[in-house]
Amino acid sequence: MKILVPVKRVLDYNLKPRVKADGSGVDLANVKLSMNPFDEIAVEEAVRLKEKGVATEIVAVSIGEAKAQETLRTALAMGADRALLVVHEGVAEPLAVAKILKVIAQEEQPGMVILGKQAIDDDANQTGQMLAALLGWPQGTFASKVEVAGDTVNVTREIDGGLETVALTLPAIVTTDLRLNEPRYASLPNIMKAKAKPLAQKTPADYGVDMTPRLTTLNVAEPPARKAGVKVGSVDELVAKLKELGVA
Amino acid sequence: MKTLVLAEHDNTALKDATLSAVTAAAQLGEVHLLVAGSGCDIVAQAAAQIAGVGKVHLADDPAYANALPEAIAPLAARLMADHDAFVAPATTTGKNIAPRVAALLDVMQVSDILSVEGPDSFTRPIYAGNAIATVKTSDAKLVVTVRGTAFAKAAATGGAAAIEPVSGPGETGRARFVSAELDTSSRPELTSAKVIVSGGRGLGSGEQFHALIEPLADKLNAAVGASRAAVDAGYVPNDYQVGQTGKIVAPDVYIAVGISGAIQHLAGMKDSKTIVAINKDEDAPIFGVADIGLVGDLFQIVPELTSKL
Repeated sequence: MKILVPVKRVLDYNLKPRVKADGSGVDLANVKLSMNPFDEIAVEEAVRLKEKGVATEIVAVSIGEAKAQETLRTALAMGADRALLVVHEGVAEPLAVAKILKVIAQEEQPGMVILGKQAIDDDANQTGQMLAALLGWPQGTFASKVEVAGDTVNVTREIDGGLETVALTLPAIVTTDLRLNEPRYASLPNIMKAKAKPLAQKTPADYGVDMTPRLTTLNVAEPPARKAGVKVGSVDELVAKLKELGVA
Repeated sequence: MKTLVLAEHDNTALKDATLSAVTAAAQLGEVHLLVAGSGCDIVAQAAAQIAGVGKVHLADDPAYANALPEAIAPLAARLMADHDAFVAPATTTGKNIAPRVAALLDVMQVSDILSVEGPDSFTRPIYAGNAIATVKTSDAKLVVTVRGTAFAKAAATGGAAAIEPVSGPGETGRARFVSAELDTSSRPELTSAKVIVSGGRGLGSGEQFHALIEPLADKLNAAVGASRAAVDAGYVPNDYQVGQTGKIVAPDVYIAVGISGAIQHLAGMKDSKTIVAINKDEDAPIFGVADIGLVGDLFQIVPELTSKL
């Protein structure tokens, strides 16, 4: 079975975002951009399924600026077989991305599409579910365990208050949560090999998708700051403070 | 504007997150509730009593028993022919279903709203809450999910809405519910607790986490949370995780024990009314947001605190 893994290039996980003074957004000039961490988990899961003999081919896809090639090369170095970049400079909303992925899924006919549950820039948490709706496929979101048996995938999901398992008849959509796996670091030989793997480029127009955003960002601001309070010197003082708050 | 609010429930009781979503929806217009489940009449009756609810749509069918999005999204999308906004709590259930409804309606969802700024504009957190965006939608219909801690809960009683049975396709497609493993402890749930005691990497091991954090939580009738570092280290399961990648909480009192205060953790708890931090490193970022801080060895402080409460 073929697995499709969409990945997004975002501000590196370890960097604190800086809000632009004019309120137009977050400053992404001259900062490190990396693969969305949840997407790394998606690539890793696909590679593990290939190592187990469940998957036969892994296709990594990104919809974004031309530099997203670097992110796709990372996916290739981790173990994806080939990559597809749909070049779009500017905002790519989850709905438009899902529409492009729908056409790609129809062309590629994967058994599964594995996506990160959310991107850590816009925190939308929508693309996988939207793609499932557009394709009419079942979805296993926030996965902490993925087990393929025949034409079914059992997905254990992280839900409020515990875990839930659903059985989905393939083809299906899976979105990853943190505990699913720990992504590998690409080795130097694999990074070198990845440079020779095929990376095709397309545009949204090739898929007949209108990228005009539906949402307009009117303003981006820092959240209200919280001031540091007082330090107490002993447990007794802390107990007294908690009593003042009425919790002890 | 007519809104359709997704009621979250377990076929026996409504979840509190529904009440926050009702408050958000009421700021947009008339509030209708969708109770989709199986044998969930009692939930519909509770829903009808929520103050401000105009009508309850009750879809009672075995296909809706487990809130599978494959079954509920087509039902909700159909009801949206007579409504202007679909509003769901930003819980794992709401996040699972709402985008599927949005795509069926060809609407770009606005996720995790913090406030309603107008009939088509909202604020929402981006970058793990490190920035707040104000967005305006151009879609004819709205699909929004609501961050529960950002809206007061609507009163659970005082309303007397009519309950109208509705039916949908009633099929789960190629998805089947297999099982659920829910935390059965008698502790309050993290997202609705008034007091939370959270432990971090500083606890050193799962054994010490349980031995120190749980007795303190018992004394305070508190929920137990954890930082992502403590979850990653395997001290506790992931559903304890407080942070942008875990649960977003805003209790009256949040006690952080051995938690340094990484950005991603702060994003999940900084709306707490009072934050108490216990940490041996006086320069830990957690003290930058704490109302009350105590610098010292948690292995001495926590047992002493527990015994003195």
